[in-house]
Amino acid sequence: MKYGWVAVLLLLFAGTGTYVWSHGSQVEPPDLGDGLRGQLVLTGSSTVAPLAGEIAKRFESLHPRVRIDVQTGGSSRGIADARRGTADIGMASRALKPKESDLVHHTIALDGISIILHRDNPATALTDPQIVAIYTGQIANWNQVGGPDAPITVVNKAEGRSTLELFLHHFKLKNQDIHASIVIGDNQQGILTIASDPYAIGYVSIGTASYEVSRGTKIRMLPMKGIEPSLDNVRNGTFPLSRPLNLLTHGEVSELAAAFIAFAQSPQVHDLVEAQYFVPIDQ
Amino acid sequence: MVWQPGRTDWPDRTVTVVVWLTALTVTGVFLWIVGDVLRHGLSGLSWGFLIEGPRDTGRAGGIGPMIVSTLLVLGVCLAVSVPIGVGTAVWLAEFARGGGLFGRLVRWSLDVLAGVPSIVFGLFGNALFCIYLGMGFSILSGGLTLACMVLPLLIRSCEAGLRAVPDDYRKAATALGLSRSAVLWRILLPAATPGLVVGLVLGIGRALGETAALLFTSGYVDRMPGSLMDSGRTLSVHIYDLAMNVPGGQNRAYATAIVLISLLLIVNVLTSHLADRWLHRRITRT
Amino acid sequence: MFRSTSDRLLLGLLRCVSALAAAVVMLIVIFLVIESWPALRSVGPLRFFTDPSWHPASAAGGGAGRFNLIPMLIGTLASTAGAVMLATPLGIASALFCRFYAPKRIATGYRRLLELLTGIPSVVFGLWGLLVLAPLIRQWHPPGQSLLAGVLILTVMILPTVALLSESSLNSVPRAYLRGAAALGLSRWATIRGVVLPAARGGIVTAVLLATGRAIGETMAVLMVAGNVVQVPHSVFDPVRTLTANIALELGYAMDIHRSALFVSGLVLMMMLAALIGLAEWIGGGRMNA
Repeated sequence: MKYGWVAVLLLLFAGTGTYVWSHGSQVEPPDLGDGLRGQLVLTGSSTVAPLAGEIAKRFESLHPRVRIDVQTGGSSRGIADARRGTADIGMASRALKPKESDLVHHTIALDGISIILHRDNPATALTDPQIVAIYTGQIANWNQVGGPDAPITVVNKAEGRSTLELFLHHFKLKNQDIHASIVIGDNQQGILTIASDPYAIGYVSIGTASYEVSRGTKIRMLPMKGIEPSLDNVRNGTFPLSRPLNLLTHGEVSELAAAFIAFAQSPQVHDLVEAQYFVPIDQ
Repeated sequence: MVWQPGRTDWPDRTVTVVVWLTALTVTGVFLWIVGDVLRHGLSGLSWGFLIEGPRDTGRAGGIGPMIVSTLLVLGVCLAVSVPIGVGTAVWLAEFARGGGLFGRLVRWSLDVLAGVPSIVFGLFGNALFCIYLGMGFSILSGGLTLACMVLPLLIRSCEAGLRAVPDDYRKAATALGLSRSAVLWRILLPAATPGLVVGLVLGIGRALGETAALLFTSGYVDRMPGSLMDSGRTLSVHIYDLAMNVPGGQNRAYATAIVLISLLLIVNVLTSHLADRWLHRRITRT
Repeated sequence: MFRSTSDRLLLGLLRCVSALAAAVVMLIVIFLVIESWPALRSVGPLRFFTDPSWHPASAAGGGAGRFNLIPMLIGTLASTAGAVMLATPLGIASALFCRFYAPKRIATGYRRLLELLTGIPSVVFGLWGLLVLAPLIRQWHPPGQSLLAGVLILTVMILPTVALLSESSLNSVPRAYLRGAAALGLSRWATIRGVVLPAARGGIVTAVLLATGRAIGETMAVLMVAGNVVQVPHSVFDPVRTLTANIALELGYAMDIHRSALFVSGLVLMMMLAALIGLAEWIGGGRMNA
């Protein structure tokens, strides 16, 4: 009994170890005749990473001798790693800038950005000038745009985020001019913030927002210039605020990487893209 | 320790009330947070959830690979940090008491280390272990990075435990002609075990709850790890991803948090029992 | 003093191990300096304290970035100070509760609860703060996500560190002291104030220092509740951004000088911490080492 606990702990670790060992020394799966084998490393945007992980899993199941490791850490990491060769493929949730023309982008999906309010906010539409005025602090109360008498909680994104850049570009704003009450990072944080504040305004990814609306989260999407924010309108190009989700390569691309990129752009993964609430692209 | 109450007066009674109120408040906040986690996550728990791999970016399937990765990362972290931590603590408490430039430098750097933001640890671990030492995104890199992180907690609490050993013990042992190594093994370490256990508990808690440092070192891959050189997603990284990145992942995040908290409870109970056994054995032998 | 070779071997080994522990800090500092060098060279250290605001991203596009870290420095100091001021009395009271006030079973249960609190991932604290705490504060004074919310979340997170480490140092107060106090007929509180707390002082200072480090370094939970607006807060209801939140928010999306500037904020954070600890040691007059 004295050693009972030691035994339990050792068993726990030994069990894990044995499991890992037995899996590590597994017999190599049979070659299915396509000749693809080896390992790929993808790093970059946390928006793209979950989708890329799902695509990688499906690719692995089709090519058992291939292993694809998807890592995350932000678009800039994807660009830097692809350049340095630390990663075979980078991931970025934005279009490349002129300074980044040494990289080649491969778009795998589209995403749009929608203005959202709390569900109980009576405002049904805001014009572009009104949104600009709200974000620059000239309109600070909802009663100035026909709402209740309450101060507006302006939710902005953190510097460098592609959604912020897109938003600023569309409304021809500079980040210096924005008077934010709250600054957020990820989409999900924005949705939770706005769902818990009846007088907040913010902008997030359309896919995420429409999913949350369908689940009953207390947010509402506002049309932009009369166009409903929906994945369909992003797909047909009528919605003004959209961004590409890209895979990035630098220099020569290996056969395996090329095969994976082609797979990620093919209709074989459209269901995976839609399951992540993004818009698949048609090649 | 049974308290033999002496005289009581009004400050004494006031403090008693304050102390009890504090404990009740802290318990209340804890129950509030854990209740929140349980309310959202309990429905997602099942046997399959514990052993299966994740599907649909974690919205379906389970967290089996993450549990294994978490235990492996923790194992690497403790295997490295406990010997270094105890060694440093012994040196600080027994050989570098109070003075000495080197001793003060070590102590000061440890306190600074305790406040380095986890994301800086992550980037540092990525640069040193993953790239410079060529370990890549791996459980090994993650465990080593965490070891750096928990060192200050381990060392400072173990040191406090050692300092609390009365000097009479050391004098008596020296008078008996015991070598310092013997004093260390037979007397000092057993006496410092409670301090070390507190350090371990804090360190394990910190290690299990860590996200940012692991995102850049042990990585994001949710496959069952094949060896220590494989990348593996830990439970807390999974929770972060589900809560912040995956639309509709929130309830799964809470369910994973329940598993993580239960795991912590098991590891903590095991740690204190192991320490008790060890202490008991040492004392009965000496 | 060291007679046997095994003793000498032991001492050598211990010294190596300690040097290794200290080396980690040096390595991290070197790493931070290398990464922040481009920004320090092209922007200059002064501008991190004199620029009109924090808008570093335009530097990457060729424009003139602005790099003022002062508001975030103040944010970090304010949230840490608030949390430490709240968590220290609460933590010490919790430790006293475990040691002197609660029946044994309740004390064990309470200790277990504090241990669990240490291991809850910061994201979970953050979610709770975002969904429960911030809306409560908002009803009182908008926008809710504020310095106050950050302070409260940090308090909950560092409280176990203060409590558990203090308790272990209370435990190490020799029994003879307590018996002596009891023999003098001192009340419980008089014993604690006059005998126990002075004897456990060193351990409690260590506990508070480690907790301060944790509060300064904490990232995710603060990021989710503190509002993250770069400004000097005028009241506890104003949102603030801490240095750590700044790194976590922007690093994944920062390029070139912007990225390097974020490492400068890491360096500033460590220098601030080093100065604080030096100050604490100076005020403690080296007594915490005794």
